[in-house]
Amino acid sequence: MKTVIVVGNGMVGYKFCEKFVSKVDQASFKLIVFGEEPRVAYDRVHLSEYFENGDAERLSMAPREWYQENNIELYINERVTDIHRNSKTITTLSEKTFNYDYLVLATGSSPFVPQINGVDKEGVFVYRTIEDLEDTLAYADKIKKTVEKPKAAILGGGLLGLEAAKAVMDMGMEPHVVEFAPKLMPRQLDTRSSKVLQVKLESMGINIHLSKATNQILGNGHVIGMEFGEDDVLNVDMLVISAGIRPRDELGKSCGLKMGTRGGIVVDNKMRTSDPNIFAIGEIALYNQMIYGLVAPGYEMAGVAVDQILGMEETVMAAEIDMSTKLKLIGVDVASFGIPFMPAEKGHSIIFENKTESLYKRINVSHDGKRLLGGILVGDAQDYNMLLQMYLNEMPLPKNPENLILGSRGGQDMSFGSAMDLPDTAVICSCEAVTKGQICCSVKDDGNESVKAISKATKATTGCGGCKPMVDDLVKETLKSLGKVIKESICEHFEYSRQELYDIVKLRKIEDYNSLLDEVGKGHGCEVCKPAVASIFASIYNETANRQATIQDTNDRYLANIQRNGTYSVVPRVAAGEITPKQLLAIGKIAQKYDLYTKITGGQRIDMFGAQLHELPLIWEELIAEGFETGQAYGKSLRTVKSCVGSTWCRYGMDESVTFAIDIENRYKGIRSPHKIKGGVSGCIRECAEARNKDFGFIAVEGGWNVYICGNGGANPQHAQLLAEKVDKITATKYVDRFLMYYIQTAPPLTRTAAWLDKLDGGIDYVKDVVINDCLGIADQLDSEMQYLVDTYKCEWKEAVENPEIRARYTHFVNAEDTDDTIEFVSLREQKMPKAWV
Amino acid sequence: MISILNTYEAVETEKVSLWFKAAPVQKFPENGGACVKYKGMQIAVFNFTREGTWYACQNLCPHKMEMVLSRGMIGEDQGEPKVACPLHKNSFSLKTGMHLNGDLNSIATYPVKIENDFVYIGFSE
Repeated sequence: MKTVIVVGNGMVGYKFCEKFVSKVDQASFKLIVFGEEPRVAYDRVHLSEYFENGDAERLSMAPREWYQENNIELYINERVTDIHRNSKTITTLSEKTFNYDYLVLATGSSPFVPQINGVDKEGVFVYRTIEDLEDTLAYADKIKKTVEKPKAAILGGGLLGLEAAKAVMDMGMEPHVVEFAPKLMPRQLDTRSSKVLQVKLESMGINIHLSKATNQILGNGHVIGMEFGEDDVLNVDMLVISAGIRPRDELGKSCGLKMGTRGGIVVDNKMRTSDPNIFAIGEIALYNQMIYGLVAPGYEMAGVAVDQILGMEETVMAAEIDMSTKLKLIGVDVASFGIPFMPAEKGHSIIFENKTESLYKRINVSHDGKRLLGGILVGDAQDYNMLLQMYLNEMPLPKNPENLILGSRGGQDMSFGSAMDLPDTAVICSCEAVTKGQICCSVKDDGNESVKAISKATKATTGCGGCKPMVDDLVKETLKSLGKVIKESICEHFEYSRQELYDIVKLRKIEDYNSLLDEVGKGHGCEVCKPAVASIFASIYNETANRQATIQDTNDRYLANIQRNGTYSVVPRVAAGEITPKQLLAIGKIAQKYDLYTKITGGQRIDMFGAQLHELPLIWEELIAEGFETGQAYGKSLRTVKSCVGSTWCRYGMDESVTFAIDIENRYKGIRSPHKIKGGVSGCIRECAEARNKDFGFIAVEGGWNVYICGNGGANPQHAQLLAEKVDKITATKYVDRFLMYYIQTAPPLTRTAAWLDKLDGGIDYVKDVVINDCLGIADQLDSEMQYLVDTYKCEWKEAVENPEIRARYTHFVNAEDTDDTIEFVSLREQKMPKAWV
Repeated sequence: MISILNTYEAVETEKVSLWFKAAPVQKFPENGGACVKYKGMQIAVFNFTREGTWYACQNLCPHKMEMVLSRGMIGEDQGEPKVACPLHKNSFSLKTGMHLNGDLNSIATYPVKIENDFVYIGFSE
């Protein structure tokens, strides 16, 4: 049995282990791993995520048990101090000795700390390990207690430095990035793109100082500032150094391996050092006179070393290593590929820059215009994967290569083909070296029909994750080529989407759930299809929830919102939030009589909680007598149209928002839809009604109303998008009529307008085409369908209290007059609330 | 609260010692449920018209201990008749009481018979 010792348990060291155990017969090799850090290998690339969730475990490449399961002897917190090449042994700090047949050095790098006077002061940190982060965090917490608005500098404006700036900002300190070079990310960006990135970062609160050589670090004991020139001082309370890396090559040096003049252990294309039994991989390996500080080449080196040790000598490192990178830096896309800066004698550059949108795109094209040589993307790197593939596979450029970065502007020339046009050998996931061919085969032959399944089977997307969109495309396209359609059936009882069911109900004029299930479904239904179909009936026939009560969700079945202890809340409509003192008194009187907890809702109306089932008709009878009608707070239907006071009272108002909001709320009240709908009307752009986070919103501007649609508060807030500008009320209403009707007919169940728009092919432009330009020729139909719903509205609570049969549903027991005696309330600020759950 | 839960124990048809005459069939909506009171207990009874069967179970949802199951929608999951709790959509088999979309405790189920248009629930005492 031969022994392989790996020194270093970082990302590349781990990758070596993973590849080794997957290829080797465990009886013939023994693998021993040493790591100097107190924890097993973790994903350093995503270190800043540690700030977001504080969960170090989540960053682990593999749990400790993994090493055990694969018979790897793992020593963490154990530094290897010496290599004795003659006896082929190593010794550790705790003076243990181990024999090896092959030694793999994967000790990585340490942060480079420049020799600046004062660099040893308290409050100066590096950014590399989880421990570094924890120390920095602890110091930041201490500073924050004594200093108001503390500042932190980051020395180094490279990739890691900017990541560190984000981390510092998350710690609650004002970040200042100090860079020696005249631009940010000097290795990846040209001057113009650096400028674009700088403007964007500054707008986010990150201060950038370029062309600064630090003379000394100021402070008595702890850092208080940095001095650049004589009168050029930046006061800071903390300093994080991120000025590049230095290979941790001391082991190689001390045992006499051949070294590079500026560090690094020299390796050949087999990853062998000057000693044939010792390999070096990752950031300590000097290959082609270069240290590669990226994950992908490190992983490739690990693979080469594994194969070499196992005798597969034909596996060697590529002569040229692709240094393309794409990352999301503080929410900003930054990518560079191929040759990012290119001298004019090699080719031409096509450059697009838009500072107001923080966009910069540059592609470098060969003189004959046929090949892509490289490029830089800032602000939008959506096309990175396609561009990289075109570059790597030397694919022919389209006739107008500017379309690659500007998109096709009219005409027939499509800029990109589909991902399927790539050759099978194209490497899609460069971290794990997975090709397009492998992914497509995995879909076709092994039935891995989702990104998740693909990533499990091939490991694609498990590295940096940048290839995910492309893998997703490949999976979908391959499935399509196999004739497989991803069917969006609503549940096991109907093999149709909601939209298909909607058309079936309408065309066949089916009016009840059982008939629909008998005609086009199977089985006996469930809690998914019943309310979905109920909603379709309501949208087509405007029938209230009273007719087919048992297919309604419980709230619709009892026309009230079920709350924590099985009691209900009651919400009368208060259109646009306008309410008279008399109405307020009436609500107050009724709430007091039935001992209801009252609260003003977010939709400008009043909610009364704690009503028992049998009380609902009694309460509503009184509300209706006072002139109220149902507010449909329980339904997947129009809730409220929120308004500001508008020009009637407000000195800034451009138009009467309350009147418009009342008209609109009364127009759409009672309309059932795939999910709830909320509206808003603001009298000016100050937007007090928050119309832009509603499903539809109107904002008064000089010369008319702006119409917005598909906004959302809730779990995934989304701003509404502009549908039309400066239109009159009638036009605005017509557009929203059509939009709502189109949404009602085409959305999947329980999908809000924002989520619906996200999935709609063509997005807002397509909605404009349908609603304004009538590209489908259905505008008249949508208009009349909406008008039918408006004309046939009736208050379903009035219907319920006046109909003895419906009213009889509101009893807790069918065989007793008693009420539910398990309901218990406790008092809360002079009102009541349900007793807490056990 | 736990004591409330313990008052409900499943009854098998052959062990029924008492058939409680609950209410006339028309009191129960088609393909829906209603709640019956029996000696301080609350029993949800479902008229599964599509199947032509009747089911009964405790009204108490074991998730948050609320008396609400009779107000839930009924349906079927791969042929297994079920009720979905109106509060959080936990589904329970109407035959076995098993929780179908999670691992809550099973609910107690009771036999039902119809005689002369009256609904009877079986208890063993």
